Amino acid sequence: MSEPLIYEISSPGRRAIELPKLDVPEADLPQGMLRDDLPLPEVSELQAVRHFIRLSQLNYSIDTGFYPLGSCTMKYNPKVNEDVARLAGFAFSHPLQPEATVQGNLALMYELQEWLKEIGGFAGMTLQPAAGAHGELTGILIIKAYHRDRGDTARVKILIPDSAHGTNPATTAMSGLQVVQIPSDARGNVDLEALKAECDETVAGLMLTNPNTLGLFEEHVEEVVAAVHGCGALVYGDGANMNALLGVVRPGDLGVDVLHFNLHKTFSTPHGGGGPGSGAVGVTEALKDFLPAPVVDQVIADDGAVRYTLVTPPKTIGRVKAFHGHFGMMVRALTYLRIYGRLGVRMIADHAVLNANYLKARLGSTYHAPFDRICMHEFVVEGRWDDAPDIRAFDIAKRLMDYGFHPPTYYFPLIVHEALMIEPTETEAKETLDAFAEAMLKIAQEAHTEPESLKSAPHSTPFGRLDEVQAAKELVLCCRPEPRPQTSLA
Amino acid sequence: MSYIPHTEQDRRAMLAEIGVTRIEDLYEAIPDHVRFPELDLPEASNEMDIVRDMEALASSNADSRSYACFLGAGAYDHYIPSVVDHILRRSEFYTAYTPYQPEISQGTLQTVFEYQSLICQLTGMDVANASLYDGATALAEAVSMALSHHHGKRQKVVLSPAIHPHFRETVHTYMRGEDVTLMDEGTLDVDLTAITAAVDDQTALVAVQYPDVFGRIMDFEALGKRAREVGALFCVVVNPMALGMLRPPSTFGADVVVGEGQPLGVPMSFGGPYLGIFATRDEYVRKMPGRLVGETTDTRGQRGFVMTLTPREQHIRREKATSNICTNQGLIALAATVYMTVMGKQGLRQAAEMSFHKAHYAASQIAKLPGFELWNDGPYFNEFVVKAPRPVAELNLNLLSHKIIGGLDLGPWYPSLQGHMLLAVTERITRDQIDQLVRVLEASSHE
Repeated sequence: MSEPLIYEISSPGRRAIELPKLDVPEADLPQGMLRDDLPLPEVSELQAVRHFIRLSQLNYSIDTGFYPLGSCTMKYNPKVNEDVARLAGFAFSHPLQPEATVQGNLALMYELQEWLKEIGGFAGMTLQPAAGAHGELTGILIIKAYHRDRGDTARVKILIPDSAHGTNPATTAMSGLQVVQIPSDARGNVDLEALKAECDETVAGLMLTNPNTLGLFEEHVEEVVAAVHGCGALVYGDGANMNALLGVVRPGDLGVDVLHFNLHKTFSTPHGGGGPGSGAVGVTEALKDFLPAPVVDQVIADDGAVRYTLVTPPKTIGRVKAFHGHFGMMVRALTYLRIYGRLGVRMIADHAVLNANYLKARLGSTYHAPFDRICMHEFVVEGRWDDAPDIRAFDIAKRLMDYGFHPPTYYFPLIVHEALMIEPTETEAKETLDAFAEAMLKIAQEAHTEPESLKSAPHSTPFGRLDEVQAAKELVLCCRPEPRPQTSLA
Repeated sequence: MSYIPHTEQDRRAMLAEIGVTRIEDLYEAIPDHVRFPELDLPEASNEMDIVRDMEALASSNADSRSYACFLGAGAYDHYIPSVVDHILRRSEFYTAYTPYQPEISQGTLQTVFEYQSLICQLTGMDVANASLYDGATALAEAVSMALSHHHGKRQKVVLSPAIHPHFRETVHTYMRGEDVTLMDEGTLDVDLTAITAAVDDQTALVAVQYPDVFGRIMDFEALGKRAREVGALFCVVVNPMALGMLRPPSTFGADVVVGEGQPLGVPMSFGGPYLGIFATRDEYVRKMPGRLVGETTDTRGQRGFVMTLTPREQHIRREKATSNICTNQGLIALAATVYMTVMGKQGLRQAAEMSFHKAHYAASQIAKLPGFELWNDGPYFNEFVVKAPRPVAELNLNLLSHKIIGGLDLGPWYPSLQGHMLLAVTERITRDQIDQLVRVLEASSHE
């Protein structure tokens, strides 16, 4: 089933694309600065097309099957979004054009800012961050700048629950702050007493994922927020799980001060095999002035004419990347939101939560749920049984592929043994959930009767289990088809 | 409801299975005084009306399909072969997640491996990661890597002022509140001698851009040597298109090569999504940020690929990770992979050289105009600076009325270059368009 590397189908002299003849006189090339050789592949267009199409067929994707990957919100990516993002006025406008020539783009960004502010309950919004983790960095830098601006320089800690995504502590470290881990209680909430014990004048903020990575809504969220605010710190909301809250509750109303949205989870922009994402960040009134520059503002002239302009917030943390963010993702997200409208956004959350609870009920007593509460958009079960001691969550995940499903996230959150984290999303039909539940129940049976079918899974996929130890040991990270060009300095 | 498949019957059956009567019953953990807010948002629309609205918004912009675009400065209007978007539109690529399950993700994994390989060939470096967000954040990550390489013992970072201002601003943001001295514009002259002199044994990293923000091509061999002598990491910010013809940065002794990958088959799309290139030497592989894909074999003896060296990453190492990056630019890296493949060895060089020749033709024609002067005095790639006899914004207004998007007004970025315009030319620009640009500039200079 394996496909040759593109270099292995290359032949000297072959080419795909012809460019037009040069229609200007040739200038002198800068001798001494030219490269000898450019070792790129030489293939025909058809060879290239077959190569990439064959490779695509080795992938599992939302459009080919159910993808209940917890924490990733693998919902349907509407086709119309792709068409709209490719309209020439959007796709071929340059980010540094005079504002008067890109009013359509700026109007679109402004409208998306307004939608996200209203959905999240925030006063300010930046669309610049490139992804969720980038939004986290932006948010934590804003919190840091806020304290510093008030002359409050002793705040060096960020409190992070033990159920948090790995990006939270990594972001904190990148921002030059210290991580203090807060344990969870027996119902999967932040341990309120442990939190209160850490809240003092050295704390800059709390990073809270709500619903958390167990798929549970924080039952004491108001007390948690009050404790953090009470010591002068701010609450950062990790919006990775916003799909559960659309139209149901606004994080800003719960007292969250800063929150990132993942346009590529909640608002249907495609994950693209790893990216690009888009991580808009919303903030309260008190933090608006610290947003990265620029943000889009609306100016209404005396005659009522509306114009959009890029402005720099007065105390901005600066820019977090070049230009204005992932504009192409903003076009997709706004197209999606407009389909649903004012009342429809809540339908997204309602059906995401309904699907998750239904699936959880279907798995019932066969898979142990360590925190047995009504869940939100996802839930976590244990992939292990005392009477099938050889079987691990990993084996269940691999076996699911034989039944035609993408496995759930496993071994996360870290606080659950052999965790399987399942997020069906609202776009899946009951029949799909039923088929998945049947497969899970069948696998549970196999785990007890024929464990080998799990241990050696998957069988029906184009590739068997891959040797990760070999990859890390031999470390072949690129193919070197020819001798290296022009050696570096001796 | 669009995209939600549930029938009333489904909902009833599912609620019964859960053991509740209404969907509202699922939200009891949420404080009721903030539950179900009235949202002040527009009513639902439909695909047909939305497309019509979006077409109207899009067509209110000027774009490089209806205008000749001479704007560059970090984003370029190169030709994108048709094949590229056909591959990007494959559902199997764009609706997949990060390839955490290698048995059913070899398409993504192998294309990432090929991307890493192509970037290594193009830059001359040993190892490239699977992508970062863009060129600016890639530079910021290079700075972080250098600081951590020196275990916090070196706090000085030298950035050539001729690096794109957005890139430098991004580094400043990432380093906010850190104990780091950034030398760039304001403390440092744009001259290479000054940059070389600023590099000392306290320097963690020195970075230059190639070609620089003004399009200039410089030989950084001496600077690379200086960096090596004092143990500073040497970082070169590249335009990958220029590497189609220019010496790769490895020949200057670069330790890290970063760059904006947008010229490699990615539409300008008003600034993103683009592609952060990050490549380095083998010795830094365990310190580099971002995902890496490596070769291995499966249980059936087939060659396959997996994400590797993941212990550098946030989901394993948490606060000890080399970066917090998780989602990267996967699909855009695929665009660059397909682009480099179909352009190939000859095509990429040809596109680079055509851009070079056309830029030089445009520069020579503009330089002949009374009142205009070419600012660049050495070799340059596809971008150049001209001193204009009238404010750049005024010239650009005139150009727009002739369906031309003019160059960048450098004044706001570099106060000393008030009245200077930065123009970029790609292979998509025709001689007629250049001649028209020159005619309009000439006419508007003595209005």
